[in-house]
Amino acid sequence: MNKTDVLIIGAGPTGLFCAHQLGIIGLSCEIVDNLDKAGGQCIELYPDKPIYDIPAVPECTGEELTNSLLKQIKPFNIKFHLNERVEELNKNQNRWHVKTSAGIEFDVAAIVIAGGVGSFVPRKFSVKECEKFEGNSLFYSIKDKSIFKDKTISIFGGGDSALDWAIELSNESKVNLIHRRDGFSGVEASVQKVKELNEKGKLNLYTKYQMDTVLGDKKIESVKIKHDEGEIQEIKSDYVLGFFGLIMQLGPILDWGLNINKKTVEVNTENFETNVQGIFAIGDICSYPGKLKLILSGFHEGALAARGCFKYAKPDEKLRFEFTTTSKAAQERLGIKK
Amino acid sequence: MAKITYHTHNNKIHTIDVQNGLTVMEGAIQNDIPGIDADCGGGMACATCHVYVKEEWLDKLPAKEDGEEDMLDMAFEPKINSRLSCQLIISDELDGLEVDIPSKQG
Repeated sequence: MNKTDVLIIGAGPTGLFCAHQLGIIGLSCEIVDNLDKAGGQCIELYPDKPIYDIPAVPECTGEELTNSLLKQIKPFNIKFHLNERVEELNKNQNRWHVKTSAGIEFDVAAIVIAGGVGSFVPRKFSVKECEKFEGNSLFYSIKDKSIFKDKTISIFGGGDSALDWAIELSNESKVNLIHRRDGFSGVEASVQKVKELNEKGKLNLYTKYQMDTVLGDKKIESVKIKHDEGEIQEIKSDYVLGFFGLIMQLGPILDWGLNINKKTVEVNTENFETNVQGIFAIGDICSYPGKLKLILSGFHEGALAARGCFKYAKPDEKLRFEFTTTSKAAQERLGIKK
Repeated sequence: MAKITYHTHNNKIHTIDVQNGLTVMEGAIQNDIPGIDADCGGGMACATCHVYVKEEWLDKLPAKEDGEEDMLDMAFEPKINSRLSCQLIISDELDGLEVDIPSKQG
């Protein structure tokens, strides 16, 4: 059981800055994120795209912003739990008992949801029959590539994941790569490599085809693919892999008794607490009259939510408002030596 | 100003006057037309504002910019007439445009 003052759900810019604000006022926190790294949408959706509206930062990329925020919270030694999704919340007297997808448990005084537009999950095939085989002979990510040795694999998609796995698996498996158009979004070197392997007969490339259906009893035996013009081919397959990027889903947050409005959580604007005491929501996931989905708004919301957490974490103490420029306590927490 | 008609997957039809300069995506969001999520807010960084454009409009729309086709690879059931509605900027020329909203975005 991890005991800490506050659990932050989401390691995007808003969650990271809220951790900073908690640290400044002397509260401890830990952060859970479903992705394998901190940064949220900044890292997953636009690491290289410039942002121009962070106060006092004329221009920076999503990645630079994330790195700066991580540097800013370094003094607090905050523990991250990545590749984890918060699944369950239970109120236990005055505290919250939280459980993640991998069974990690937390005992916290308050929870700050900084979950953006939800957790990133793989986008799936639209064909209904695919569900039956998911996790058995149809996958959206690869954990153990050894199961594919000497098998026939049909890979769908045109991005880097699809291309990289097609190239990699073509060494020891028979690979079909199926994509909806002639162009690919993956890097040019991989595209050239795939075309070269196709010409040498090391893999079979099908472009302008999409999944029609999968056939099989307990496991997949073949897959039917449909050309833009309507022609259908059936190709033998032991495994099917789909790489269509990630989509954001609110997930378990929907089950926590919060007031949800159009995929966002309603909060007050005094301290960004939800309708459930001790649960706060900040950043893109929260809504209130006048809400702007800007990173700078998320920073403001995080600062106020952190102070809102104080009364749950230290019910017998009174929070004093202080500036970091003059507060000895804040500077000590930041590890500043004079 | 242009009249844009959105057909939702449950066969409901919404015809709305959308101001020039807004996008087809924004027209839907501002008028609470269901089925266009626009998770990334118009940054061409997701594919949840995906629509099917009525065939006769395909050639009349501004061409896809770099990146739109890449994002459409990620869309739910993309077709030849797929577009990201955040990339369709309203002008008088788009008056009468009709789009179908897919049954879901992910």
